[in-house]
Amino acid sequence: MIELEALVRRYGEREALSDVSLSLATGQTLVVFGPNGAGKTTLLRVLSTLLRPHSGRVTVLDRQLPQDAWAVRGRVGLLGHEPLLYRELSARENLRFHARLHDLDSARVEELLAAVALTERADEPLKSLSRGMVQRAAIARATLHDPELLLLDEPYANLDPTAIDLVAPLIGAESGRTRVLSSHDPASGLAQADVVLGLRAGRAVLVKAAGEVEHQEIAGLYR
Amino acid sequence: MKRTVGALLRKELLVELRTLESIPGMSLFAVSTLVVFHFALQRSTVDGDLAAGVLWVTLLFAAMLGLNRLFVADAEQGGFDGFLLAPVDRTAMLLAKSLALLTYLIVLEIVAVPAFALLLLGPPLGPALPGLLAVLALADVGLAIIGTLIAALAVQTRARDLLGPLLALPLLVPIVIAGARATAPLLSVGHTGALSGRWLALLALYDLVFGLIAYAVFDFLLED
Amino acid sequence: MGIALGLVFFYAPIELEEGLLQKIFYLHVPLAIVSLCGFIIGGIMAIAHLRTRDRRWDLRSYVAIHMSLIFGVAVLLTGSIWARGSWGHWWVWSEPTLVSYLIVFLLYATYQPLRFAIEDPERQARYASVFAIVAGAFVPLNFLAVRLSTAYLHPRVLGSSANLPGSMRFTFLVSLVAIALLFATLCSYELTAKRTRMLLRSRSRILGFQ
Repeated sequence: MIELEALVRRYGEREALSDVSLSLATGQTLVVFGPNGAGKTTLLRVLSTLLRPHSGRVTVLDRQLPQDAWAVRGRVGLLGHEPLLYRELSARENLRFHARLHDLDSARVEELLAAVALTERADEPLKSLSRGMVQRAAIARATLHDPELLLLDEPYANLDPTAIDLVAPLIGAESGRTRVLSSHDPASGLAQADVVLGLRAGRAVLVKAAGEVEHQEIAGLYR
Repeated sequence: MKRTVGALLRKELLVELRTLESIPGMSLFAVSTLVVFHFALQRSTVDGDLAAGVLWVTLLFAAMLGLNRLFVADAEQGGFDGFLLAPVDRTAMLLAKSLALLTYLIVLEIVAVPAFALLLLGPPLGPALPGLLAVLALADVGLAIIGTLIAALAVQTRARDLLGPLLALPLLVPIVIAGARATAPLLSVGHTGALSGRWLALLALYDLVFGLIAYAVFDFLLED
Repeated sequence: MGIALGLVFFYAPIELEEGLLQKIFYLHVPLAIVSLCGFIIGGIMAIAHLRTRDRRWDLRSYVAIHMSLIFGVAVLLTGSIWARGSWGHWWVWSEPTLVSYLIVFLLYATYQPLRFAIEDPERQARYASVFAIVAGAFVPLNFLAVRLSTAYLHPRVLGSSANLPGSMRFTFLVSLVAIALLFATLCSYELTAKRTRMLLRSRSRILGFQ
């Protein structure tokens, strides 16, 4: 499903991602740990096709990036730090817009609005909703097109425990989707992971199956 | 492609209707500029060359305002990312944004041209109108294309509000040349002039050349 | 190369028998031609950069445009002196090529501010290339537009050069070649200087981190 071989992504002369290699099978969950600036967001953005790899081999959904990026888009869902929604428009309008981009009909929009419990306030501009609600709308946007691969950048920030349970079928382990998520919490992160990636200053200092990783190793990344 | 352009355009106009960032500002600015011209030129009416000049300068500078706002919402609210993640042809954004800017320009002119006729224009507007509309139509297309291209270029830079007009004004000089030259005889006293085809041809050529170039390079502005 | 350049440059003044005004002509027009070609070549290199994604093309494009802009200052200065000599004013709107050149100059003067306003080097190169292509296409279109709009009060400079008597034409051509060579030499100097600086910087980074 995902194969990375010596992936490099630069920012100017600095290497934001340096020689990162890993593989992830379909249905598995990869959890990425690392301090801020380690390259977690960059990695997710490369996998989502938003950033092109500067060198190395990147295979996502059996397609090579960047050449076949067009074939991967539409099958990948990204939930980033930004909700990627227009604040002046309502949840419904935003989702309808994305539905049209992905050639989906409005029934799907209603389905997802219900799944994230936003149907009641679906017509209010997003700027008048709380952060948690906006995050739920973003989750709806990211899963609207039923992606095979989910890329989640600290997805549970801004969500209270009920909300986390609410969105679990969409983005949690039980969604059955292949997932890559970044996390700062070793306990919950490890619990969900099949494979663990530890990043520090762009380098993959830790790539192991979840069962073999110890808490100290993750804590060590942050020192 | 059509579906994508439609979806984008719809979103554009919806956001504009909600925020009213571009159209009222542009229109108001145009009317204010006309008032400033009255005082700066110390005249109550203008005609011929002077009228053409006042009209085109006013439209051009109001267009700069629209240009500045065109991509701001997308840049600040992650609109680019959302679009780039979708399995669509990226040139659709060029088309949709150009059409949006074109719409704003048309609305601007619906306000500014009558205001101009009311406040400053000496000769009656009526007989000049068909020719004027033809010139405006072609010029607006060029303005929209270059405006969109430069706006996309400028929005990702620091000092974006300064760089946009700075880059666009020299590029738009041919439009001003053709527009003003074509319009001047139309706005003369006694409506002595007819519309010269040469300026329409120049505008059409300009629109074609930059339309093709914009189509070819726009994707490079979006990707990363 | 340098010898040929020097020879050519000094040969041209020797040939001149006319007054100062004509001498300016031999500088002004070739400078304009070379710099306009430089702008367009910069645009072509920008196309190469976007197609191959090789940053070296962007560097070449930048140097070509930068050098053309510097030559452009000389064009406007010599043009102004020529205008003063020919028509009594430091600037005339009736000379279409001079006017067109001013507009092109103003456009390319924004090239560097544009570059420096973008921090990410890769994006900077890409956006600069897009600009260089648009501006390169603009040059001929602009000349056409201004030419159409200007009354033909004065003979077109490029057209008039075809009517030059033999010796003047020869001097003109020599001057043109000299300035073109000067342009190429200065560009290659600047390219080398930039490359060296980049190399130094990346080496010191590696050492610094080690």
